Amino acid sequence: MRLVKQAIERDGSGTITLFPEDPEDMWFTYNLIRPSDLLRASALRRITTESATGSTSSTRVHINLLIRVEKLDFDTQSSQLHVSGRIIEETKYTKVGQWHTLDLELNRNFTLEKKDGWDSVARNLVKEACDPAKQADVWAVIMQEGLAHLVVLTGQRTVLRQKVETTVPKKRGTGKQGDHDKALEKFFQTTLDTLLRHIDLSANLPILLASPGFVAQAFLKFILETATRTGNKSLMGQKGNFVVVHAASGYLHSLNEVLQSPEVLARLKDTKYARETKLMDTFMSLLYKDDGRAAYGPREVEQAVEKGAVGRGGGILLICDSLFRAQDVGTRRRWVGLVDRVRETEGGEVRVLSGTHESGKQLEGLGGIAAMLTFPLEYLDGEDEVEDEIALSNGNTAGEKT
Amino acid sequence: MSRHKLVKALDLDEELDDFDGGADSDYGEEVGAEDKEHLRLGTAKVRDVLGPEVSITDREIEDSLWHYYYDVDKTVNYLISQKTNSQTPKKARKQKVNSDVNKSDVSDISRQDSKTGGHVKTSEISSSCSAQLSLADLFRDSPWLNIPEDRRGEILIEPLYPRGRLMGGSSKSDGAPKSKLAALAAARKKKENQRAEDGQNATNSVALLDKLSGKPRQGKPDSASDISSPKPLIAITEQTMNEQPRKYPKRKSKGLKSPQDDQPAKEAFKKSDSLASPDVEKQPEITPAADPSVFAQTIFAAPAVSQQHDLQTSDRYVLGPDTYAEFDFAGPSPDDVVTKAQNTKRPTRKPVKQPPQPSSGDESVNAVSQGVGVVAIEEPKVKGKNLDVMAEFERSKPKNAANFVVIGHVDAGKSTLMGRLLYDLKVVDQRTLDKYRKEAERIGKASFALAWVLDQGTEERSRGVTIDIAMNKFETESTSFTILDAPGHRDFIPNMIAGASQADFAVLVIDASTGNFESGLKGQTKEHALLVRSMGVQRIVIAVNKLDTIQWSQDRFDEISQQVSAFLTTAGFLAKNLAFVPCAGLTGDNIVRKAEDPQASWYTGAPLISLLESSEPVTRALEKPLRMTVDDIFRGGVQNPLSISGRLDAGNVQIGDTVVIMPASQTASIKGLEVDSEPSDWAVAGQNVILHLADIEAKYLKSGDVVCPPAVPIQCVTSFTVKILAFEHITPMHCEVHKGRLHAPGRVTKLVAQLDKASGAAVKGKKPRLIKPGSVARVHVEVDDPIPLEQGGRVILRAGGETIGAGLVE
Repeated sequence: MRLVKQAIERDGSGTITLFPEDPEDMWFTYNLIRPSDLLRASALRRITTESATGSTSSTRVHINLLIRVEKLDFDTQSSQLHVSGRIIEETKYTKVGQWHTLDLELNRNFTLEKKDGWDSVARNLVKEACDPAKQADVWAVIMQEGLAHLVVLTGQRTVLRQKVETTVPKKRGTGKQGDHDKALEKFFQTTLDTLLRHIDLSANLPILLASPGFVAQAFLKFILETATRTGNKSLMGQKGNFVVVHAASGYLHSLNEVLQSPEVLARLKDTKYARETKLMDTFMSLLYKDDGRAAYGPREVEQAVEKGAVGRGGGILLICDSLFRAQDVGTRRRWVGLVDRVRETEGGEVRVLSGTHESGKQLEGLGGIAAMLTFPLEYLDGEDEVEDEIALSNGNTAGEKT
Repeated sequence: MSRHKLVKALDLDEELDDFDGGADSDYGEEVGAEDKEHLRLGTAKVRDVLGPEVSITDREIEDSLWHYYYDVDKTVNYLISQKTNSQTPKKARKQKVNSDVNKSDVSDISRQDSKTGGHVKTSEISSSCSAQLSLADLFRDSPWLNIPEDRRGEILIEPLYPRGRLMGGSSKSDGAPKSKLAALAAARKKKENQRAEDGQNATNSVALLDKLSGKPRQGKPDSASDISSPKPLIAITEQTMNEQPRKYPKRKSKGLKSPQDDQPAKEAFKKSDSLASPDVEKQPEITPAADPSVFAQTIFAAPAVSQQHDLQTSDRYVLGPDTYAEFDFAGPSPDDVVTKAQNTKRPTRKPVKQPPQPSSGDESVNAVSQGVGVVAIEEPKVKGKNLDVMAEFERSKPKNAANFVVIGHVDAGKSTLMGRLLYDLKVVDQRTLDKYRKEAERIGKASFALAWVLDQGTEERSRGVTIDIAMNKFETESTSFTILDAPGHRDFIPNMIAGASQADFAVLVIDASTGNFESGLKGQTKEHALLVRSMGVQRIVIAVNKLDTIQWSQDRFDEISQQVSAFLTTAGFLAKNLAFVPCAGLTGDNIVRKAEDPQASWYTGAPLISLLESSEPVTRALEKPLRMTVDDIFRGGVQNPLSISGRLDAGNVQIGDTVVIMPASQTASIKGLEVDSEPSDWAVAGQNVILHLADIEAKYLKSGDVVCPPAVPIQCVTSFTVKILAFEHITPMHCEVHKGRLHAPGRVTKLVAQLDKASGAAVKGKKPRLIKPGSVARVHVEVDDPIPLEQGGRVILRAGGETIGAGLVE
């Protein structure tokens, strides 16, 4: 993403013009735009004209439209963002109040004006998005016998590309072992085919193979054997990119364990998701100590911030980005206020975790927000139950379709 | 054009000779009382509709009603059309036919029909079609005939091929290849006709009269008197008419039929021929002839051709016509009609009412053909024996059966111990073991030979570690045992859970050698023991293994026994349910026989096998609805492409049962059943079974699915509350839900309450924010996809490769 023009006043009003270059930038944009913001972008609109005789002709014109956003739709698989809303500026072809759905395109400027001004979270997001240090994607295959999840990890997101599920018969008495081996080979073949369909081998990305037991090892062996047998040079060339890691199961949430394994950390130490995973892990171990220095859930964390426990000297606020995607402006303001307070007034650290990464999902399970405190706190109330649920449902609705 | 020529060249005499009179049909059905009542009512209705001025006899109406399954509307239509037909001038007729009367009657019509095809107006086509439709009532069970007219053409294209040969008119022999049964039926038919003839002398004479009058009528086309042709004749008339369409197929496969079939058939034809002159009603349709167009041939000739199939396969299509016929929703629905037809033992497909065949032989033929019909009608389903499984089970006086799971830390020697047990009990013979030993030595794992008895997998052998549950059976005098040899490695605990869920009691194997016991107790010894306990296993036999490596040290044994029993009692096992035995799996000491080593003489107790035998029989939920968790889906062989294995958790099952597989909600029928690898007709709770399934696709089956009866299927849930014993810290978190073979990704969404360990009541006060290991709590769990779970089901929650808790579904 490139920042083309920034015109933000002191009070936070103003516009920012951005130039998305990468599909990943669309994800940033998705997090940036909120309903009732003003968005100006180029659009392709079909104009239907009716002649005097009643015959109609339609033409497609490129125009610049300014709309007030009502709905956002992000397609995770293709990384496309569709923003729909009402046109608020008359053009040669359109009237005010007509509807339009802008499909934001790569390499085309768009200008965004925030209804409530640019708050710190939004500004930080822009800053982060325009950080030129790009993080490479990582592929991961989380598998167990008969089940594999093909996942791509980008800086901001974990995208499940494909799930492979086949039936592998269990071992049965003497002589029937062939069925199992054959089925397992078929499962490997299916998984490999699927992987090759999704992955761009020329990008030379690391591929993590994770499984309990020996499945991942056997899969790697199968891949190399297949590559040799079929003379697939590009696949052979990936040999060094495969990393076999242990995972507790073939389910997606085992990814957490995978990202914490030393083999992966050695390669991907500085990636955002590795940092986030580490952070969550630290928080969980603090929570397990149960010395009152870990708080989770909206109400609890707010109380802790209130009491100044998330301050200088180790106070860290973990917050899931899905909370900022809340449809309700008031809710968003609540979290932004909390973040601002921790950062500016209390002097604590704030980490925004991506809700699509496994660590973020873990945090979402805890209500989307957690804090490591500088001193132990006793919690008094028992009524945060309702709040938890609200936060959870918010997180879920804000979560994009996969 | 060649076909037209063929038609012209048709030799009528030959054609008629070939006609066999539909000899292979049996007309032995009588009208039941119910039918009569229907007929009476129907006739009254038809009369009402038609009004008094129409001169149609009761008999006619009755017959039509019979054809139309008492459908008044259709009957009225038919009668009206009949009437109009017969009133249409029959000018055309005389111009054409010069063959003599008694031969022209049957075969002429259709030929005439086809010849006129080129000129006939639409109305005529439809009327002739409707007439044919009625003729075809004998074959109403053949799906070709009752097809709506607009759909006829495309269906009938196919039979054009053999026509050339058909029309050739060779008279050598007729008919399709006939079975002996058909030949027999033909012969009987002949007799029967004779009888009918005898019984109807009067009618017969009328018929002859009528026939005679047919000829003059050809000369006097204006005569319309034939509608009121003698009533008693109609049945026979129809019979002959019905037979009429057969001549094409008969001709078609000329030369195929054996002469002895031919003879009675011809005779039969002559009989029926002499009985009636059905063409009187048909004649009006005939118009000056031209060569039939291809279209006309298709329209008129082909149905007859297709009936050739009907001769052999009619029984199979009893349901056919109703499916194809147009339905105007005025009368009973096709289903009703079919039901009715079936209830009345299919008299409806035999419109000709004739006296029942007195000969017993005929009845048996009928019975056979009906039997065939019944079998063919039924869906290709597995026939069950409808056993009273409970009674069978009691009668069989089964041995005590017990499943036990072998658990313990990795490399404690579980598989080897069981291999030794099986070897010493002669379940595995020396030769097999020698083979394993040789192979094991070849890959440098000589000590694994015994374990290979159970570790059959290629990967298992090459790595020397059990990966999946191995099942094996052996019997002692009192009990038949099933071994479930669980993997000890932590990665394969899901498999171990699957095995343990099928077990009645457990054998905990402990590696007594220095260091290994300690690491085991921290590792899977502990986890396994807790798991089996939380899955409901009460009794546990502890085999302190590998004592030979530490010179059968009694101190070590005592130390281990003490520590383990202390741990197990805290885990919830009763002290009386624990039994310790020192043993050595590799040498076989204290397993089946007493230890021979003098150093082991301090142990005076029983060997392992006796401890196993002392297990009490477990009560089974025999009376509950069927529940079986699918353990494995595989190809059971050539005969059984889809088989599932598992243990019946509750209820019983037998061959022929229909079951529902949840959560897919797909039904399947059980076509075969094996109990402990022996074919059986039934199985009851507690048995390890293989079900061979039919009528289901493999894609609907997953291991972990539950087999239930269709009436009481298990509920599938996506969220549930569990009373849980925490093994690790529990917060709202991601986890896997395990229940036997079933495992599904899910998450703990809410910690509802901390529970008091002793009373089980919720601890008052604040909502727990963290559940510590060892405490009991009530939590809410959600899973992504519905899983079959029942209240009281035992589930295990795991996360990050560790068991975080086990509990009961509430």
